Amino acid sequence: MGAAEKILKKAEKGIRLTTEEGVELFKSADLLSLGRAADGIRRRLHPSGVVSFVIDRNINYTNICVNQCRFCAFYRKEGDPEAYILSDEEIYAKIRETVKLGGTQILIQGGLHPGLDITYYERLFSGIKKRFTIGIHGLSPAEIKHIAKSSGLSLNDTLIKLREHGLDSIPGGGAEILVDAVRGRVSPKKIGYKEWREVMLAAQSLGFPTSATMMFGSVETSEDIVLHMARLRDMQDIHGGFTAFIPWTYQPGNTELGGETATGVEYLRVLAFSRIFLSNFINIQASWVTQGAQMAQLSLRFGANDFGSTMLEENVVAATGIKNRLSLEDIIFLIKDAGFTPAQRDTKYSILKRF
Amino acid sequence: MEFKELKKRLSSGGRLTENEAVELFNSDDIFSLGALADYIAEKKNKKRVNFIKNMHINPGNICINRCRFCAFSRNKGEKGAYAFSVKEMLDKAKTAKGKISEFHIVGGLNPEMGLDFYRELFMRLKKAVPGVNIKALTAVEIDYISKISGMRIKNVLELLRDAGLDSMPGGGAEIFRGRVRNRLCPEKIPGSRWLHIMETAHNLGIKTTATMLFGHLESYRDRVDHLRRLRALQDKTGGFLAFIPLPFQPKNSEIRASHPVSGLDIFKTIAVSRLYLDNFDHIKAYWIMTGEKLAQTCLRAGADDLDGTVIEEKISHMAGADSKEYLTEGEIVSIIRKAGKIPVERDTFYKRLKVWS
Repeated sequence: MGAAEKILKKAEKGIRLTTEEGVELFKSADLLSLGRAADGIRRRLHPSGVVSFVIDRNINYTNICVNQCRFCAFYRKEGDPEAYILSDEEIYAKIRETVKLGGTQILIQGGLHPGLDITYYERLFSGIKKRFTIGIHGLSPAEIKHIAKSSGLSLNDTLIKLREHGLDSIPGGGAEILVDAVRGRVSPKKIGYKEWREVMLAAQSLGFPTSATMMFGSVETSEDIVLHMARLRDMQDIHGGFTAFIPWTYQPGNTELGGETATGVEYLRVLAFSRIFLSNFINIQASWVTQGAQMAQLSLRFGANDFGSTMLEENVVAATGIKNRLSLEDIIFLIKDAGFTPAQRDTKYSILKRF
Repeated sequence: MEFKELKKRLSSGGRLTENEAVELFNSDDIFSLGALADYIAEKKNKKRVNFIKNMHINPGNICINRCRFCAFSRNKGEKGAYAFSVKEMLDKAKTAKGKISEFHIVGGLNPEMGLDFYRELFMRLKKAVPGVNIKALTAVEIDYISKISGMRIKNVLELLRDAGLDSMPGGGAEIFRGRVRNRLCPEKIPGSRWLHIMETAHNLGIKTTATMLFGHLESYRDRVDHLRRLRALQDKTGGFLAFIPLPFQPKNSEIRASHPVSGLDIFKTIAVSRLYLDNFDHIKAYWIMTGEKLAQTCLRAGADDLDGTVIEEKISHMAGADSKEYLTEGEIVSIIRKAGKIPVERDTFYKRLKVWS
């Protein structure tokens, strides 16, 4: 039995892998062995065969950002002819449409706008809550740090105020790779690993559901990928506050960083590995926006149990030139065709409706 | 399915039965299936994965057949209809000089494009861009040319071969079985005719490929029936260079409600084809129809060919295929390497032109 097989056997028994074992496994196991093990673990955690998704829309209230990450094609500098900030009315119109289509959440994220402090978010969120019954899944750790700073508030006070005005849960964006050597190369101005962790743990201790992401395929090594996951796993041990892990691939189009994207096989390996290694995560999401419909469907047999969201609107990946679109019907078809039961969920992964 | 036993039997020259092939299609164990197909593919081709630098030329989309699943064809005079002149195609072809080893030429059934038209095209292509293989005209087109010229298939093929035709693409096979074919493309020649034309070509020394269009109205049994007929003909002639399963692109066609192509089904179909078609040297994952990510994944499930750095391709893209218009050599090489395989640039006949070891 090879080293990788031994490690897989251990993981399949439900024993947590060390970081070193993770690196060994990630580097040496072949695609289908990882897939088989991940599929088995997914089956054990989700025996009912349900694959969930959320109906939502990404609303990017502004693309003005002082961080200007090198991997990002979405941001604009202040004063750029394409720079924008949405009016409240525009945001309401988008939400109205989302509600009409059965949406239960909006993902509100934007750049780190130098002119926006907490009063903007307080007004926006309470305005939304006054008008609509919809979950506000918003503001990644980098934005929350930025708001705290621009408002002269502590992190905890910022989170509490945001919650009082309607923030329900926090997406795990901006995690990229939680290794500062990598961050220094892809997002030098963005908050580091420790700050990302600080915001997430603070939010989780206040009871916010949050998710965790990883953007890979840029400049990181295999060791970085495993370390990223090890750090998430350690954090998850503290509050259990991550609802899901969502890996996606760096999309080089129109970015300063450039280069290639991870291939399909690399995506499936990372996905399957995450299911094996992240022993305390219940939900793993497929990323159809970066991988396309067919690969996302295959992902359901490589560890994923969630199809992400319908994303009635998506701007950040689209800015790189990738234009994958799926309708609700498409998503339901793909899930059923793979032999699973499609189900609409809410932000906390409670099932709302089976198809 | 007992995969260990199957592996033993297939490695020692045993053949997959039709029932077993259907069972594999129905199997939930895509990992054992993919791994076995990968093992068999590596037995045949080591870790080599082929690609070709080619240019697709679609002479025209005017077609009297108008198959219901096709988003490419038009009636004469209809909006979007086009027909290139020989000169237009030569001008296009010349731009690829020195960059490719094959022209892939398929088009509609246009009464104005007959034997003389193609003979002239091939002869002038050979003169204008020498050394590039001409892979052209599916069995369906050959049948049509034979009809409008009043000549026998064999004579048509001989004349085309003498004008420069090197090999034939395997399109138009769709699904052979009549009760599916009659609903899918009643206008098209029957499966038996397609096989007869291929056999005639093989007997004249013209190598061809073979395809199967799947994911529309057919059952797994229909697919296996299709594979069975191909394997039987290959036993007889050995004239098929490769098998190419083509996933049906439901967008923009009349045949069934629009929905995405099933990625899992593509993966399985590649693997079962590899296992059943033991007398085919090569199985192709045609990235234009599957996207390059899934095609790459299929390289771990029995495929050993990615087709090409296709320059200009209209048929799949008009059907709504989301893939890029072309891949560069660097991109294809990188995709193959990252699947853990060895990239090989091949020509039409799978002669290795360059190996990236």
